[in-house]
Amino acid sequence: MTLLAVERMKLFTTRSPWWCMIVALALTVGFGALYAATLPAEFTFDVAATQSGGQLGMMVIMVLAALAVTTEYRFGTIKATFQAAPNRTAVMLAKSTVVTALAFVVGEIAAFAAWGVSYLISGNEVLALDTSQEWVQLTGLGLVYAGAALYALAVGMLVRQSAGAISLVLVWALLVESLVQLLPRVGNDLYDWMPFAAATRFLMQSGGAETSMSSQLPEPPIGPWASLVYFLAIGVVLLVLGIVTVRQRDA
Amino acid sequence: MIEAVGLTKRYGSKLAVDDLSFTVKPGKVTGFLGPNGAGKSTTMRMMLGLDRPTAGKVLIDGKHYTELKNPLRTLGALVDAKWVHPNRSAHAHLKWMARSNGIPTKRVDEVLDIVGLSEVAHRRAGGFSLGMSQRLGIATALLGDPKILMFDEPVNGLDPEGIHWIRRFMQRLAAEGRTVLVSSHLLSEMAQTAEELVVVGRGKLIAQCSTEEFVDSASNTSVRVRSPQAEQLGEVLTSNGLAVTRENQQDQHTLLVPDGGTEQVGELAAKHGFVLHELTVQRGSLEEAFMQITGQEVEFSTGRGNDPAAPATGDVPVAAAER
Repeated sequence: MTLLAVERMKLFTTRSPWWCMIVALALTVGFGALYAATLPAEFTFDVAATQSGGQLGMMVIMVLAALAVTTEYRFGTIKATFQAAPNRTAVMLAKSTVVTALAFVVGEIAAFAAWGVSYLISGNEVLALDTSQEWVQLTGLGLVYAGAALYALAVGMLVRQSAGAISLVLVWALLVESLVQLLPRVGNDLYDWMPFAAATRFLMQSGGAETSMSSQLPEPPIGPWASLVYFLAIGVVLLVLGIVTVRQRDA
Repeated sequence: MIEAVGLTKRYGSKLAVDDLSFTVKPGKVTGFLGPNGAGKSTTMRMMLGLDRPTAGKVLIDGKHYTELKNPLRTLGALVDAKWVHPNRSAHAHLKWMARSNGIPTKRVDEVLDIVGLSEVAHRRAGGFSLGMSQRLGIATALLGDPKILMFDEPVNGLDPEGIHWIRRFMQRLAAEGRTVLVSSHLLSEMAQTAEELVVVGRGKLIAQCSTEEFVDSASNTSVRVRSPQAEQLGEVLTSNGLAVTRENQQDQHTLLVPDGGTEQVGELAAKHGFVLHELTVQRGSLEEAFMQITGQEVEFSTGRGNDPAAPATGDVPVAAAER
């Protein structure tokens, strides 16, 4: 418990996490609002479409999570931390808990704010939350943000360097996964097993159940909930790798 | 009490600390002395469990650092004053450190007051001068009111007043019965601060003894005598079996007697009715002692002769040759 409090204090006594949170919220909500405001009347609107800025917010949350680790290495405060609390596993678990919890909360606020603002702007009754699927599409964003934070934390621990860690997670999530689709023959099958693609599948609640967003792509191998579990499980594995590395290395 | 036993740290092919064993006892300021690159900071990081020793161990009151519960309350250390987030205030930095070891928050204000940073407590630490950062580092070390304190180059960046303050401060901490280990490459500083010395060079232990012993064992004392009748005095001394040299060629009135005592020289002068203007013992400085003993252990020796500012390493061949 003490370590959780310590990590919380460390996170909130510098400015960059605050900026990241504000930017993540602004991007998700702002993009949703723009979408609602500019959508021509003849196009269909739905709850999932209010979350179109969610990906942008997720990138910023990953920057926040990566920085939560790498700035400690950059400024040597990791040494002060391990000096105060030599149990490195406990320290890193506490840090990960605080950051993922924060990512979750930001995700929830962003999702509901983006939906609410879109609802106000469009006044479209389609946006009323009357199916459990629509509820998941909103509440799920927090889970995905928390999962994304795990990836960024883990990469931060492995790379220990801000620029490197941030480029790695962003290039992966934004480019590598999409580019995999371009590979001949195996591309689409591989893409189905890409973690962030799985997260999107969960958010869209596509695959398995019939949805408005089900695409022309062939049916993915696992359904939305299994996709979420898959996404989170890989994040946890990476985090374990990260923590093991932190324990092995000289601080 | 700090005990290092066979402590060894290897980085790739480079042996930074080589089978180092020593003990640091309470109640005294112990100087951890060695040229830059001798392995002092690496040793200190291993003491704090930050770096993993390749071999050997270091025990803090009989335990590994990582086994200590609330370690800041047992061992306070200043290893690098820059281990602070530049956008965090001094107060916020100390507050999280205190919280992590169950130290009451009011202790934060106390230590800030002790090191004289109360007025800038809420300014961002990134804007601190080196001297202020150093004081913040000392405040961090004091936070848990620990029995053992360790400072790596604490006088770096401090002004003369600050240096005087920290010197007195460390001696007071030791007088309270605490164990105080201070590293430095500044020998003159150590001579004025430390009672005991642990001397290292290129990762190896060179000596562990009192500062006085270290100087005595390493340097020769000689008698300096100044007299208007230096010429005649010199003859008398030589005829009594004492070697006499001149301090320099310009000064005809000053003699150096390497093997003599002041008593002997003074009595001989009186017997022959010579006037003396000065009769003093010339004690080798800690610097000389250090150079003499560690000359061969200097990691980055400057090419002698090329650089007039290079420290004279005596007649000992520089270590670069053996690498």
